Amino acid sequence: MNPLYEHLESALQRVSGFIYPNEVELHWGLLVVIYPYITGLVAGAFILASLEKVFRVKEVEPTYRLAMLTALAFLIVAPLPLLAHLGHPERSFEIFLTPHFKSAMAMFGFVYAWYLMVVLLLEIWFEYRADLIAWRKQSRGLKKLLYWILSLGSKNTSPEAIAFDRKAVYAITLIGIPSAFLLHGYVGFIFGSIKANPWWSSVLMPIVFLFSAIVSGIALVLLLYYITSMVRRKTPDMPCLNKLATFLLIALIVDLSLETLDFIHRLYESEESIEILRRLIFSKLFLSLTIVQLLLGTIGPILMLAFARFSRLPDEMKRLVYFVAAALVQVGIFSTRWNVVIGGQLFSKSLRGLTYYKLELGGVEGLLFGVALLVLPFVILYVLVKVLPPWEDTRPSEST
Amino acid sequence: MPDDRAACDRRKFLHDLAKLPCATLLLGVVGPLETLATETEEGEEYYAMGIQVDRCIGCGLCVQACKTENDVPQEPYFFRTWVEHYEIHDDGSATVESPEGGIHGFPPGDDDRDVLRSFFVPKLCNQCDNPPCVQVCPVGATFKTEDGVVLVDQDYCIGCRYCIQACPYGARYLDPRTKTADKCTFCYHRITKGLLPACVEVCPTQARVFGELGTRSSPLHRMKRQDSLHVLKPSLNTEPKVLYANLDGEVR
Repeated sequence: MNPLYEHLESALQRVSGFIYPNEVELHWGLLVVIYPYITGLVAGAFILASLEKVFRVKEVEPTYRLAMLTALAFLIVAPLPLLAHLGHPERSFEIFLTPHFKSAMAMFGFVYAWYLMVVLLLEIWFEYRADLIAWRKQSRGLKKLLYWILSLGSKNTSPEAIAFDRKAVYAITLIGIPSAFLLHGYVGFIFGSIKANPWWSSVLMPIVFLFSAIVSGIALVLLLYYITSMVRRKTPDMPCLNKLATFLLIALIVDLSLETLDFIHRLYESEESIEILRRLIFSKLFLSLTIVQLLLGTIGPILMLAFARFSRLPDEMKRLVYFVAAALVQVGIFSTRWNVVIGGQLFSKSLRGLTYYKLELGGVEGLLFGVALLVLPFVILYVLVKVLPPWEDTRPSEST
Repeated sequence: MPDDRAACDRRKFLHDLAKLPCATLLLGVVGPLETLATETEEGEEYYAMGIQVDRCIGCGLCVQACKTENDVPQEPYFFRTWVEHYEIHDDGSATVESPEGGIHGFPPGDDDRDVLRSFFVPKLCNQCDNPPCVQVCPVGATFKTEDGVVLVDQDYCIGCRYCIQACPYGARYLDPRTKTADKCTFCYHRITKGLLPACVEVCPTQARVFGELGTRSSPLHRMKRQDSLHVLKPSLNTEPKVLYANLDGEVR
């Protein structure tokens, strides 16, 4: 028997109440959960990086280049889950050739291309240009060729050229902040604009997506900064970590407030769908929403960060608490994406029953492939960090 | 001097580069505004279907005919049309079922509560005049024809399933053989030859009425004159062209 039919047959057995017959198959699985999770990390990491450049938050400077490379590594992977989930990935280029401009999804290619080419690559290039030239001079053979290619043959290291680089980075960051908002706000809009689905349809959706993106991005850079410092046997810069923790705390509080507002608004309006959504929250989503997203992923980290930030704990303890809080935040945000994407399909649009979703282990929509997609950005980041070391103490342009 | 020129070229390059995506984004913003100006056209050939709920006996012939005529997968997870059975109980609660889409009819259930009223509701794509599925399709593979029927181009659909998410009526499925979205076409291959859709053709009680909205002589027009008509989920402003006569408020 066809594995799909087998899967659907067992899903049909677990349906409760009435669902439309075509709703047995759940259409957006783990891959579509991973996609907003990854773009959120991109947008969040970039917004953190821009704090240093635009808002002159000097404390977070040690994380600037790391945050930019992280954003790039994740952005490279972002389209992969989307491509993999398409019925016809070979036709995906039609989105570029004949886009349907009224479709939110059609804009993905353009938003993505804009963000990758105009914002991230350009900003990283200007940021690293002088270093690339210096590294080219220092290295030999293939490595020299690599840096020559990466620097696009640029040779000018005059003070005027360096000053132009700085101005360019500043200007691109200025464009980049609204672009990052666009990139992830737009992902929220894909869900928020579906009037057929009361769990998704909310004007707050893009804003909630944005703030959860900022939360996840800051937490990821904090984790990476901590881990890379440990690996390099350097003590992480404490004012930097404290600042990151403060920003993470603020972003978490805003995020929680927005989610609470959304929740209260739905409860107060109490529309036709409220009964089925109540059943959804208390049955299928209880673990992933109440326990993981709310308690473990949001309230827990808020308390931990607030305590560690404003107490007199020794620095080692503080760092540990920050680390654990940031790790929990990642789990919480992944859960948030899960609850939106999967949660929105676990009830029937007839509002009379709940559908069923089981995560498979193998296959394109399976757990293993999903884990591979989540590991891939770290592999790319490893390569990026090797080629373009983001550490301040290894900058050639300032030592030469 | 050479430095100045490099800086100038770079600036010009950046400037040119910025133009392309800006223009595209602008189009994306302007595009949706067109919907505000769109008017409903009700020409001679503008198809719609009427369903007389109190005539449906739940025999499931329409579901069978549809699957055969349109080569819909036989497995009970894919339907272009299906029939729902409603039982309203004394306490006001409703029980709804559609075992295998009602293709084999409805055997008596084991719910022995008193039934206040009971009826069958045939469902299908509502061929919305303001179709959310067409709006969201990223490549335009789903489109509305001049005669008002919403179709899917199987050779163009990329299988992203956004249209399935956007349909409020659960009328779409992903055909597992072609990996593209599929749904009722009003039997477009038949109606363009002057024939009736298969489900209308086989209905023994004439619960389904097919016709052109603008033609006064069509049976649909008679139904429009004689019955009070409702559409499903009117609050979503999809403007369905499947019109239900004597529809119960419990039906979504």
